[in-house]
Amino acid sequence: MTDDDLVFKALADPTRRLLLDRLFERDGRTLTELESDVEMTRFGVMKHLRLLEDAGLVITRKSGREKLHFLNPVPIRLIHDRWIDKYTERRITALVDLKSELENKA
Amino acid sequence: MTTSTQTLTTTQVYRVYIKATPEAIWNAITKPEWTTRYGYTGLVDYDLRPGGAYRVKATEEFAAASRAQGHDIPDIIIDGEVLEADPPNRLVTTFRMLMDPEIAAEPFTRITHEITQGANGVCSLTLTHELDGAPKLAAIVGGGFESQGAGGGHAWVLSDLKTLLETGQSFAD
Repeated sequence: MTDDDLVFKALADPTRRLLLDRLFERDGRTLTELESDVEMTRFGVMKHLRLLEDAGLVITRKSGREKLHFLNPVPIRLIHDRWIDKYTERRITALVDLKSELENKA
Repeated sequence: MTTSTQTLTTTQVYRVYIKATPEAIWNAITKPEWTTRYGYTGLVDYDLRPGGAYRVKATEEFAAASRAQGHDIPDIIIDGEVLEADPPNRLVTTFRMLMDPEIAAEPFTRITHEITQGANGVCSLTLTHELDGAPKLAAIVGGGFESQGAGGGHAWVLSDLKTLLETGQSFAD
């Protein structure tokens, strides 16, 4: 699987998106904090966090005895810059072309 | 949820994987001929030893674009101090942005760059920004003001850096 595949797969799950939203609101949470946000066993949450970590969307850091989870927005940024920008730009270009074509005919 | 279990952190962590040597990534961060080609395009000046100065000057183009938007910016737009320099793996500096008086009034923050060689010629670059007491800078580097023309922060810069090193072109090209 490519890096992009891992990111899309990781994002294709509502629980994992919820976990990312929680980290977006406040970064650097422990497993215990994240667990209290979802209706799921500790093991289930760990499994989701591991998938997010494999996709590079979550980075963990040790702080004393605790493991803190940070949202890494770079993989989503890369998808945005490489894919979404590309298509939205084409749409804008198409509109610009349409405008000049219509105006030239007039 | 009880507040006692909450960890409060103002740290932001970013990681990007780049198909390049650790030396190439190190140079792209520390040399002005590289830093003018991606992200905010500043001219960096690092004195790469503990206690050495770290400064970023705006390019002529950047200063002119800021003036055109009604923001007069100082010559030096970022200043700080080198705390650790271990090429090509680890660079720790303090960091203060001087482009806006309110942000310049916030305390010095701290940025750590870590470059780690992985498999198949791919390195990871991890940027950790400790932003204690600097909520305005945190919002800027977090990309919160992108729609107002403040750039997309660290995520945008690292995405652009990856593109530049892997393809030889940046978004601006």
